[in-house]
Amino acid sequence: MRPVTKLAAAVTATAALVLTTAACGESSTESGSDKGVGLAFDVGGRDDHSFNESAARGVDKAKEELGVDAKMMTAKNNETEADREQRLTSLANAGYNPVIGVGFSYGKSIAKVAKKFPDTTFGVVDSVAEGKNVDSMLFSEHEGSYLAGVAAAMKTKTDSVGFIGGVDNALIQKFEAGFVQGVKDTNSKIKVRSEYLYPNNDKGFNDPAAAKEKAQGWLDDDVDVIYTAAGQSGAGSIEAIGAKKGTWAIGVDSDQYQQPGLAKYKDSILTSVVKNVDIAVFDLVKSVQDEKPITGEQRYTLKEDGVSLSESGGFLKDIQKDLDKVAKDIADGKVKVSERPSR
Amino acid sequence: MNAVRRVNREKLLLQLGAPLLAILAALVITSVILATTGGDPFRAYSVMIEFGFKSDSQIWIINKAIPYFLAAVAVAVGFRMKLFNIGVDGQYRLAAFCAAALGGAVAFPSFIQIPLMILTAMFVGAIWSGIAGLLKATRGVSEVVSTIMLNFIAASLIGYLIQENRLGVVEGNLTHTENIPESGHFFEISTGQEPIGGFVIVAVLVGVVYWLVLNRSRFGFDLRAVGGSHSAAEASGVNVKRMVVSSMLLSGLFAGLVGMPTLLGESHNYGTDFPEGIGFTGIAIALLGRNHPVGMALAALLWGFLERTGTQLEFEGYSQEIIGVMQGVIVFCVVIAYEVVRRYGLKLQQRKVGEELAAEARAKSSNEAGASA
Repeated sequence: MRPVTKLAAAVTATAALVLTTAACGESSTESGSDKGVGLAFDVGGRDDHSFNESAARGVDKAKEELGVDAKMMTAKNNETEADREQRLTSLANAGYNPVIGVGFSYGKSIAKVAKKFPDTTFGVVDSVAEGKNVDSMLFSEHEGSYLAGVAAAMKTKTDSVGFIGGVDNALIQKFEAGFVQGVKDTNSKIKVRSEYLYPNNDKGFNDPAAAKEKAQGWLDDDVDVIYTAAGQSGAGSIEAIGAKKGTWAIGVDSDQYQQPGLAKYKDSILTSVVKNVDIAVFDLVKSVQDEKPITGEQRYTLKEDGVSLSESGGFLKDIQKDLDKVAKDIADGKVKVSERPSR
Repeated sequence: MNAVRRVNREKLLLQLGAPLLAILAALVITSVILATTGGDPFRAYSVMIEFGFKSDSQIWIINKAIPYFLAAVAVAVGFRMKLFNIGVDGQYRLAAFCAAALGGAVAFPSFIQIPLMILTAMFVGAIWSGIAGLLKATRGVSEVVSTIMLNFIAASLIGYLIQENRLGVVEGNLTHTENIPESGHFFEISTGQEPIGGFVIVAVLVGVVYWLVLNRSRFGFDLRAVGGSHSAAEASGVNVKRMVVSSMLLSGLFAGLVGMPTLLGESHNYGTDFPEGIGFTGIAIALLGRNHPVGMALAALLWGFLERTGTQLEFEGYSQEIIGVMQGVIVFCVVIAYEVVRRYGLKLQQRKVGEELAAEARAKSSNEAGASA
């Protein structure tokens, strides 16, 4: 082909493509009937031993107790809004109700897709999304983390503890703020380090190797309690801590002592700041089943058991009384926990 | 005349052979992978085809392909000169960030606002890639190393600047630059469903410009000459060092455009959720499209198609990773197939030349024999 004709062909091909799109072809947006819960996970997927798994437990409970079906899908690294919108649309389209986005990344896309499916109830964890048919589930991670900070301060022997966050954003800063405040309020002499795996990439929740490396560095520097709030990445730091005797890991979101995938290291898991996403998810599914869907902002605080400190393993027995007292003070409003770290 | 036509036909066959071979091999390999992981490959393909050709899927795919194509063009400029610009990722992100920050700070009418932002992005992209070009030309630093490092520097720079009370605004869990005023929104082509981003037209223009510059200009000729052989180009009077810098600059100019469809058409700010990694996708697409604008456009659409249908495959019970595997297999197959076909063509050519020489020699010797007799 001559170059000019080649060029012409290219232009026509593109134009033709655009035209066919506009002109014909049926759309994939045709709705089905009620099929159960549609759950869209954040990166890391169902088996992250942490955040996503907590949400999945809520769905499992709903399956068992309410007899609903469920479809679960997972996000990839480096996703764009278009990918998330498509995932939510597929679920809503197929007739799943409610459709729940697990993780703040879904905030914008839930709001957008919810508009297109007014008869479906949507839920989003850790973010506030606009819409009459949207349930925004928010947790008081800072309060749970405060308790973890108190526990860390009482358990450390080297007077040096650390916090690893997955991604440096407002959500994970709540964990940091609570933890640091908890440590300092208990013993202001203790040195607290806080660092993040990534400044602004969701990969921070899906990079166990990075967390392991960071934890290893700190362990070598005599830090003996490390709290990791980084989704699936947390498994990495727990692994590093498990290899050094006398050091403690504090888990996050799920009770990580109970996680079969982490069983090898469970004797190093002091406690976990449990975020009861399962309760929130179950509540929403149940409300939809009862045809009284929950919508608007729902806050799950320490007072309502939205967050808590796990006791499995029994490593906290000696300080449980102190922790209960602090928990009560927070619930009563005597202790105010800041949501933002003071840097 | 006949011989020329025959050679052309052979060349055409060889050119068609490579992509066909690649597609066939990729299909076979992915089928095997699907089958061994417990899925039915044929059902998977039918799901993909049925879902991928629905009208809303087509719109989605085109929108997704636009930045991929632009990234591929940026990478291809380097490839044509045997320069490996891995830094497109950092270039477009920094470019989009600067354009977003500027666009959020000023409010001009559209015909100033939009070109201002686009030019800013291109300028920043060119500066960022130009650093790598300068380092290579003056200090001999490999552009592979320097562009990777520049990616990290760009990411850190953005991370630093996007914080609250610098250039960022906090909104929930996201931090982003000030929103761009209405006048900075790019036009859309409405389709009755979701619109197609108007940047598709810019992308087509970029394809044309790329083709013209590389194939129809003195600069393009020099660039390809340097790609072919540094010493030969140098001998024929091309300033190789200057070409290195200017081709990196050109690559960066195109890279600056990559973030624009998202920024001007969709997000209207640069936030912590701004898409990343398109620069790397661009490398795969440039390889797949053989640095040819039409090839790259098709490859970008193919990529969009695979991503669109991948989510659907997961919905149908296949594992989502299968799409990543497919993309990898396709790139491998294409690169290998082209190499195989190239070598085969070379061998064919050598044999032909050999035969012709032998025939000539035979004729000569028989002539001599005749003369001596």
